Amino acid sequence: MIRTLADLKRGERGIIKEFSEENIPLKLLEMGCLPGNEVEMLQLAPFKDPMYLNINGSHLAIRREIALLIEIDLIN
Amino acid sequence: MAKQINVALIGNPNTGKTSVFNQLTGLNQKVGNYPGITVEKKEGICKLPRGLKAHILDLPGTYSLNASSLDENVVIELLLNKSDKDYPDVAVVVSDVENLKRNLLLFTQIKDLGIPSILVINMADRMERKGISLDVDLLEERLKTKVCLVSARKNTGINELKEAIINYRHIPDEPCVNASVIAPEYFERLKKAFPNQSIYKLWLVITQDVNFGNINRKEITNSAYFETKSHTELKKLQHKETILRYQFINGVLKETLTVDSSSAKDLRSRLDRILTHKVWGYAIFFAILLLIFQAIYSWSSYPMDLIDETFAFLSEWTKINFPAGSFTNLIAEGIIPGLGGIVIFIPQIAFLFLFISILEETGYMSRVVFLMDRIMRKFGLSGKSVVPLVSGTACAIPAVMATRNIESWKERLITILVVPFTTCSARLPVYLIIIALVIPDESVWGFNLQGLTLMLLYLLGFGVAIGSAWVLNLILNIKTRSQFVIEMPNYKMPMGKNIAINVVEKTKAFVFGAGKIILAISIILWVLASYGPGDKFNNAQQIVSEQYDNQSNVTEEQLEEEIASFRLKNSYIGIMGRGIEPVVAPLGYDWKIGIAIISSFAAREVFVGTLATIYSVGSDEEETIKNRMAAEINPILGGPLFTFASGISLLLFYAFAMQCMSTLAIVKKETNSWKWPVLQLVVMTLFAYFVALAAFQLLK
Repeated sequence: MIRTLADLKRGERGIIKEFSEENIPLKLLEMGCLPGNEVEMLQLAPFKDPMYLNINGSHLAIRREIALLIEIDLIN
Repeated sequence: MAKQINVALIGNPNTGKTSVFNQLTGLNQKVGNYPGITVEKKEGICKLPRGLKAHILDLPGTYSLNASSLDENVVIELLLNKSDKDYPDVAVVVSDVENLKRNLLLFTQIKDLGIPSILVINMADRMERKGISLDVDLLEERLKTKVCLVSARKNTGINELKEAIINYRHIPDEPCVNASVIAPEYFERLKKAFPNQSIYKLWLVITQDVNFGNINRKEITNSAYFETKSHTELKKLQHKETILRYQFINGVLKETLTVDSSSAKDLRSRLDRILTHKVWGYAIFFAILLLIFQAIYSWSSYPMDLIDETFAFLSEWTKINFPAGSFTNLIAEGIIPGLGGIVIFIPQIAFLFLFISILEETGYMSRVVFLMDRIMRKFGLSGKSVVPLVSGTACAIPAVMATRNIESWKERLITILVVPFTTCSARLPVYLIIIALVIPDESVWGFNLQGLTLMLLYLLGFGVAIGSAWVLNLILNIKTRSQFVIEMPNYKMPMGKNIAINVVEKTKAFVFGAGKIILAISIILWVLASYGPGDKFNNAQQIVSEQYDNQSNVTEEQLEEEIASFRLKNSYIGIMGRGIEPVVAPLGYDWKIGIAIISSFAAREVFVGTLATIYSVGSDEEETIKNRMAAEINPILGGPLFTFASGISLLLFYAFAMQCMSTLAIVKKETNSWKWPVLQLVVMTLFAYFVALAAFQLLK
């Protein structure tokens, strides 16, 4: 089963896998959203959108539609 | 005199770059605009030891040299253009000790341009508390630069930074990362085509939309030596470059930085749990909003009353103490009330920006964006539209400028288009005087009716802004992908100095921006009301005196008033007003209100001043104007002119009409087209007209 960032529940962590960069804002990559980096879900706004994440030490919020494009491996 | 050292201050947003700038320059700074665009240009002079001086340019915050907004573009344009007079001798890159990894991305890019760069690591006072330790010597060696540990808050490390600036010539200009490995063949061909240019500069010119000294982008992309890559390929390469840089940075930090994370679980997560909570988060936000509005209106009424009285006094004083004549009249009735009309808004605008800067400095504003994004998106707006909409209650001009960080063009455009509906402080004097005239000063269930009406008008402004955003979202056919990314900075205590400087700058921008127009309009109005064509105006005294000749019960005073009124009716402004009377009569207005509306198209707040001029009251004293207005008779229907129906109609007209030239000018600048401001002017004004028409016809 393919998991994306959008599947993370509050407090869960994952490792970013490959993603197709075309639809991802370059700014997100620059803030540390790169394959191999760890990501933690910190807070979810109502309707799980937007999502407040800690990606590789950067604290940022992104919308669900972008989160759906980023595949991850869940860390238990 | 020794040459000034040109310093460019560059850094990610939220790194305290502006605090470093304030510490270096003190109050010795000025804010202007970059030519042709509305991006703020902050520069200052820094006194260095041994009598040297540095010119410091505080560039807009950016995460990298890949620009995605106008602000960020400014940074790249400057760094690529050696012939720019501000081209830096040395770049000071400000970073935040807690986000060093991300901050270094920008640093390595600047370093690779061959500009001597100093790395400032700010907020060094937090290192111990956060369990961070750093091998500065090794970091300097690996990054081939000078590193300064600074705390702008505690004012430490600033002198070391000044020393480093003086000694900028000793900083090596070797690059950190060899970007050409991402596509060796491509970069090789590039180098062959332009052997005299720095390869990394060429790469940046190709990937950005900027001009580059004597070579422009077209020349490179049209060059016969190689085919250009498609947009997607270039983006892939930028992606590769970012990964390459992070590999280098991770390697460097592995050796130099250790974080003991046991001490890191902190205030941030505890505060976030409450402030971004599904229920409490919203409750707290609305409580803060309520507090802000309450504070603005109750606190600023004292200085506003004082300003009002002072200018009324000045006007009287001038009339008494200067020799009578046109010039004195111009000063006393045109210029002084005009200036008063500007100064009166300073308290409210200053208070609003005080609150907004505190919310931004503490890091709370990003949480509001997070909370509101989903709700705002339903209406075609972004979470980032909240700041412009709140600022709009002071003035639409800074509000339109505050939309710049909205990534999606469609969301940004919609925000710009609907912001003028929010109740700006210029509408307030109009609302206050009309409410005082037509709404009884009574309480119902403990609520004062006048206060309630005012609150309803504010809600109406927000409601129509949101509603029209929803409509625009359906109509506008602009395809944009969501690029929404917002950093959630750490919570910080706000720094008084930063806030004070910000409030002064924003208020100044209003006074000198909108102020000029308000003053000019007041003078023009005075001239139009004081002169007229033909015999009727020039011989007013004779004509009126003859009319009243056989009536013995007319006092001298009444005769004077009749003459003044007759003269006004035949002045240029009177003729214009009577020209538009048929248009405004169905709304319940007479020609005098018509004139006030026309002049309000320059700026709404001119309304009260115009009526004061027209009724020749001579002073802006609110009570006097109010009494005069209450005594006005409707020329068509008879009875008082200002009734409940015409008052409501006027309130609604002012709530919706686009009556602010300064806002239109700023919208033109920000959207780079006349299409949108013209659309605003026509649609909003027609909407206002028909709503006011309906209100009057239904209520009369």
